[in-house]
Amino acid sequence: MKMDIYEPFQQVGMWGDSFKVDGGLNSIASPMLMVDTTVENKSEYIPQESREVSGADQETTNKDVIKMRRRLAQNREAARKSRLRKKAYVKQLESSRTKLLQLELEIGKARKQSLYMGTALDGSYIGSTSETINPGIVAFEIEYGQWVEEQQRRNEELRHAFQTQAPDVQLNVVIQSVLNHYSNLFRMKADAAKADVLYLLSGVWKASVERIFLWIGGSRPSQLLNIIVPQLEPLTDQQIVGIEKLCLSSQQAEDALSQGLEKLQQSLVHDMAVDPSGVGNFGLQMALAMDKFEALEGFVNQADHLRQETLLHMSRILSTHQAARGLLALGEYFHRLRTLCSLWSSRPCELA
Amino acid sequence: MHYQVESAAAAWSYLMRVRSMEEDQMERVLRLASQSAVVIFSVSSCCMCHAMKRLFCGMGVNPTVHELDQDPKGKDMERALMRLLGNGINSTAAVVPVVFIGGKLVGSMDRVLAFHISGTLVPLLKQAGALWL
Repeated sequence: MKMDIYEPFQQVGMWGDSFKVDGGLNSIASPMLMVDTTVENKSEYIPQESREVSGADQETTNKDVIKMRRRLAQNREAARKSRLRKKAYVKQLESSRTKLLQLELEIGKARKQSLYMGTALDGSYIGSTSETINPGIVAFEIEYGQWVEEQQRRNEELRHAFQTQAPDVQLNVVIQSVLNHYSNLFRMKADAAKADVLYLLSGVWKASVERIFLWIGGSRPSQLLNIIVPQLEPLTDQQIVGIEKLCLSSQQAEDALSQGLEKLQQSLVHDMAVDPSGVGNFGLQMALAMDKFEALEGFVNQADHLRQETLLHMSRILSTHQAARGLLALGEYFHRLRTLCSLWSSRPCELA
Repeated sequence: MHYQVESAAAAWSYLMRVRSMEEDQMERVLRLASQSAVVIFSVSSCCMCHAMKRLFCGMGVNPTVHELDQDPKGKDMERALMRLLGNGINSTAAVVPVVFIGGKLVGSMDRVLAFHISGTLVPLLKQAGALWL
C-alpha cells in the first residue's frame, strides 16, 4: 500500500519534465499537474498480482513491476497529452477559419465599394481618410455606381438603335434619354458638392485614369467636344461655323473659371499663411478658410453647368444621326477609360 | 397704448426710409448700369467676380466694374440687385457678380455662361457696342 501512495508523486515529477518542452501548450501544463486518480485505481491491480509471487523473486519482480507501472503510466500520460494537444490545435483551426471568413467578407465589401469608382484597388471613401461617415457622400457613391451601370445600358440602347437604323423619331427618344442621364449626374454632383465639395473636387469617386483629365470635379467641356467632333463628318458649313464658335466659347468659359479658381486658391494660401511672430488668430484663419470652401461649391456648380450647356447646345447644332453618333462616341470613350483603369489596377505588381 | 401707437409709427417711418434708400440705390444701380456697354457689379474679394471679369477681358471686352465693398452704399445696392435678380430671401449665396449689357440685366455667372455657350452673348455685346467684328 506504501508503494501506491508514493508512485503518483513520482509520476507527477516526470510529467512536469516532459511538458516543459512544449511551450505552446502552457495552458495545458496546469491541468496536467493534477493527479489522475484513474492511474491510482489501475495500479492497484498490479501489486495484487505481484504479491502472489514467492518471496525470493519478490524484490526483482517488484522492481519490474515498478518499471512496468511507470511505463504504463507514462504511456497513458503521453496519450492524454496528445489528446489535449489535438484539442487545442482543432480549436485554433476553428478560430482561424472564422477570422478568414470575416476577412473575406470585408474584402468583398471593399471591392464592391471600389467597383463603384471603377477601379479594382483604390481605397474606398469610408474608412480611408475620413473619420466621420458623410451620409450624403455615401449616397453619392452608391448612386454613382448605379449611374455608371445605367450609362452602359443606355449607350447599348443607343448603339442598337443606331446600328439597326431606327427612324429619327425613335433615335431622338434615345438621344433625349442619354442627355437626361447626364443631367441626372450633374444633379447628383450638385448634392454631393453640398455634402462635401472637397471630396467631389478630389475626383476620388472617378476611375483613376479619368482623374488625369480632371478639371474642377469633372471633364473639360472642350475635351468633351474633342471626343465628339471627329465622329461627326460630314458637316454642313453652317454646322462647322457653329461648332467652331462653340469650341471657342467653351474654351473662354473654361479659362475664366480656371482663373477664378486660381484666385481662390491663392487667397486660401494667403489665409493659411503662418504669422512668423506667432500672434495670428488660428480660429479666425480656420473660419475664413472654411468660407472659401463654400465658394468652391460655386465653381463646381458653374463647371458642371458649363458641361451640361455644352452637351445640350452641341446636340442642337447636330442632326439626329450626328447627335447619336457623337453621344455614342462619348459613352464609348468613358467606357474604354474605365476598362483601361481596371486593366491597370489588375496588372501584376512588380516585386521590389 | 400711447407708446404702442408711437412705436408703430416709428417702425413705419423707418421702413419708409429704408424703402426710399433702396429705391435710391435701385435707381443708382440702373443708372450706373446704363452708363457703359458692359457693367459688372462685383465684390473685390469675390473669386467668381474675378472669373466674370476674366471672361469678358478674354473676349476683348472692357467692362466697367463697380466694387460694392468699396462703395459706401454698397449694402443697399446689393439689396437692390437681389430684388432685380428675384432671388429668394433665404439665399445665402453671393449676389455678385451681376452683369448688365447695354443697360439691360443679363444676370449672374450661370446665365452669362448659358448665353455664351448658346452663342447669344457675342451678338448682344456687338449690339451694345462692346465688341467690334
